[in-house]
Amino acid sequence: MLKYLLPLGLFAALLILLGVGLTLNPREVPSPLVGRPAPTFTLPRLDDPETPFDSAERLRGRVSLFNVWASWCVACRQEHPFLMQLARQGVTIYGLDYKDTREAGLQWIERLGNPYRAVAFDTDGKVAIDWGVYGVPETFVIDKQGVIRYKHIGPITPKDWEEKLGPLVAYLEKQP
Amino acid sequence: MTAELGQLALIFALLMAVVQAFFPLAGAALRLPAWVAVARPAARAQALFLAVSFYCLVQSFVVNDFSVRYVAEHSNSALPLFYRIAAAWGAHEGSVLLWALILGLWTAAVSLFNRGLSEIFTARVLGILGLVSVGILAFILFTSNPFERLLPVPPDGNDLNPLLQDFGLAVHPPMLYMGYVGMAVPFAFAIAALMSGTLDIAWARWSRPWTLVAWSFLTLGITLGSWWAYYELGWGGWWFWDPVENASFMPWLMATALIHSLTVTEKRGAFKAWTVLLAIFAFSLSLLGMFLVRSGVLVSVHAFANDPERGLFILVFLGLVIGASLLLYALRAPAVRDHARFHWFSREALLLVNNVLLVVAAASVLLGTLYPLVLDALGLGKISVGPPYFGSVFAPVTAPLFLLAGIGPLVAWRRDDPARLWRQVRWLVPVSLTAAVVVAALWFRIGDLVTLAFLATAFWLGATALLPWWQRLRRREGWRGLRQPAGFYGMTLAHFGLAVFLVGVGVSNHYSIERTVRLAPGDSAELGGYRFLFQGVREFDGPNYGADEGTFEVYRDGERVAVLRPQKRFYRVQRNVMTEAAIDPGLRRDLYVALGEPLEGDAWSVRLYVKPAVRWIWLGGLLMMAGGLLAAADRRYRTARATAAAPASVNATA
Repeated sequence: MLKYLLPLGLFAALLILLGVGLTLNPREVPSPLVGRPAPTFTLPRLDDPETPFDSAERLRGRVSLFNVWASWCVACRQEHPFLMQLARQGVTIYGLDYKDTREAGLQWIERLGNPYRAVAFDTDGKVAIDWGVYGVPETFVIDKQGVIRYKHIGPITPKDWEEKLGPLVAYLEKQP
Repeated sequence: MTAELGQLALIFALLMAVVQAFFPLAGAALRLPAWVAVARPAARAQALFLAVSFYCLVQSFVVNDFSVRYVAEHSNSALPLFYRIAAAWGAHEGSVLLWALILGLWTAAVSLFNRGLSEIFTARVLGILGLVSVGILAFILFTSNPFERLLPVPPDGNDLNPLLQDFGLAVHPPMLYMGYVGMAVPFAFAIAALMSGTLDIAWARWSRPWTLVAWSFLTLGITLGSWWAYYELGWGGWWFWDPVENASFMPWLMATALIHSLTVTEKRGAFKAWTVLLAIFAFSLSLLGMFLVRSGVLVSVHAFANDPERGLFILVFLGLVIGASLLLYALRAPAVRDHARFHWFSREALLLVNNVLLVVAAASVLLGTLYPLVLDALGLGKISVGPPYFGSVFAPVTAPLFLLAGIGPLVAWRRDDPARLWRQVRWLVPVSLTAAVVVAALWFRIGDLVTLAFLATAFWLGATALLPWWQRLRRREGWRGLRQPAGFYGMTLAHFGLAVFLVGVGVSNHYSIERTVRLAPGDSAELGGYRFLFQGVREFDGPNYGADEGTFEVYRDGERVAVLRPQKRFYRVQRNVMTEAAIDPGLRRDLYVALGEPLEGDAWSVRLYVKPAVRWIWLGGLLMMAGGLLAAADRRYRTARATAAAPASVNATA
């Protein structure tokens, strides 16, 4: 009898999981990195392996978004048009191409457009570990001093931007 | 008026579904023939009302009635008629209505083609389908009504998502839904069999052709979706392990397992409880896929308008349907006795291996699809599980499947001798290996061992799949040996299709070449022995978009083999840019050109691909579908049903 109840038991567990998944929308997870200086790194740029992307120099002096993405990531594809829109509005966005191949990353940019000032190419994902990246896409808001002020998990939607990220970026812009 | 008529028809359909669910089921339980007799007319009436309702929705699109919110949001007066019709199922509300309509059509089909089924059994099947329909129709009416009006009426509509303005995607959902929803039929048969306690061989025989037809549609739907992704999403990829793709792939794997285990149940009377469980699983995964896609718990390119209320509704529905089915299973299955005994080396045993592998494959896809959700539920963040996971998990599970698929039919039922089989097939081992090396060396290059192993597996599968034809030709006198039932041809064709699919995957994955170049008019670029000459770009206007169209002449050995015209389209209403790749298709290779960005002067960045044998992927899918349909057309199912009318034996006692 018990073995015949097994499918029902498994299904009940799945149902609970799905129910929890439905009620939660924890796209904002407190990151231990928030409030700390952004981890520094030097990686080759996606578009040119010869030119380094130096985070100490790039992620400082202006408010910027640091967006972790990959060409194999479907959620990133959904987010991409909005990043393009933000870039057109003058928001500074840097990218970290995560566990990707250079070819696929470049094709992505070429095909969908480039919202990034520059993209660092993190092929083995080591830098992403320093940044505490769970998965892609993730976006960090970095202030003028190079301090991480916010971490957004999952694609940025226009609503996220209006309610959270946009006001924060505007506020940080006014700070010295 | 049309929209209100559609709404009214939908309400009538719901009422009819309630009637179709209540009276036959209650009548079967209480032995009231008059109530049982309600089943067929109610099922047909429900289908009719749904057809009227769906027609009204399509009509609202055709006449550009932007006072209907759904039309205003997903259509535009400049949209060509064909896409206006397809837009009816281009978004959430309309696609669920299509789902319901297709369920209605399947139900009506069951009510028409049920010769040999007892009245009570038919009534139970139709009643269960009616229950499913009640859930779906209530879902539409209460959470996703496509007939809602919009005030004030906008002057024009929002247009259809440009990604969906495409022939492949217009026909893909109806085919896919035919498959998904079709799984409801074997499910209803299984539940009816559990209810009546007649979990016998006749049950398996009745549901086999239905399962085969539904499986064929599912195969076709997935093939179309993959083909669409290839030319529309770009990168030349054909499968992305996107949650929505997985949502269709999991039921397919489960249905494939079901087709095979039904054979054992029908022919040998074994695996009875297991087959019922698979039928429940196949439909459950269809419903689960619907939940994942429409509730917004997962992020996907295909994601429909997300709404937690809808998610909750589907979740409760899911819980009721699947929970009740599994509970019924837990209560009735222990009484089922499998009398058939079989040796470890027999067709039954091999089919059991097939089932285990397919179920493990489906479970690993489910795990990969739900993993982001698990992390999310535990508060660990949203992530995207990419092809790296699926690639590494899927290969070890499916490899033995490919090696054994051709062997299975060569093994006898009950008991066989491994040595006998080995004598029969051993000559195919060097043949497949040699063929792989020769093909690779002749047309491509000897790359890594993995590629060779892949090709050899594909040739092995193809050869073993067709071996029975060869044997029958030799063993009996000439062509008379080929006079076999359609089921035999369907099976071998589907297995051969799998081999064709594998060749396509192996060759196109490993030997495709691509190049991104900057080309000014008059420039040319070489790739894989082809010379692509860029003639420049001209502007032109489509119905609802403006486009830059490039012209490329492709030469091989100085001879012009193709003219390709890729486009870069700007859709005016939704204000986004779409790349339309141009493809010269062929069985040997596809030439694929996509326009990138305009560069300085008249130059453009251009992506070129030469993809050998990529068509074989979809050709394989089509062959599998044809095999399924052929097997479903087997005369056995039509003639045998009359004899199976009376339940042969009552194996389960409740």
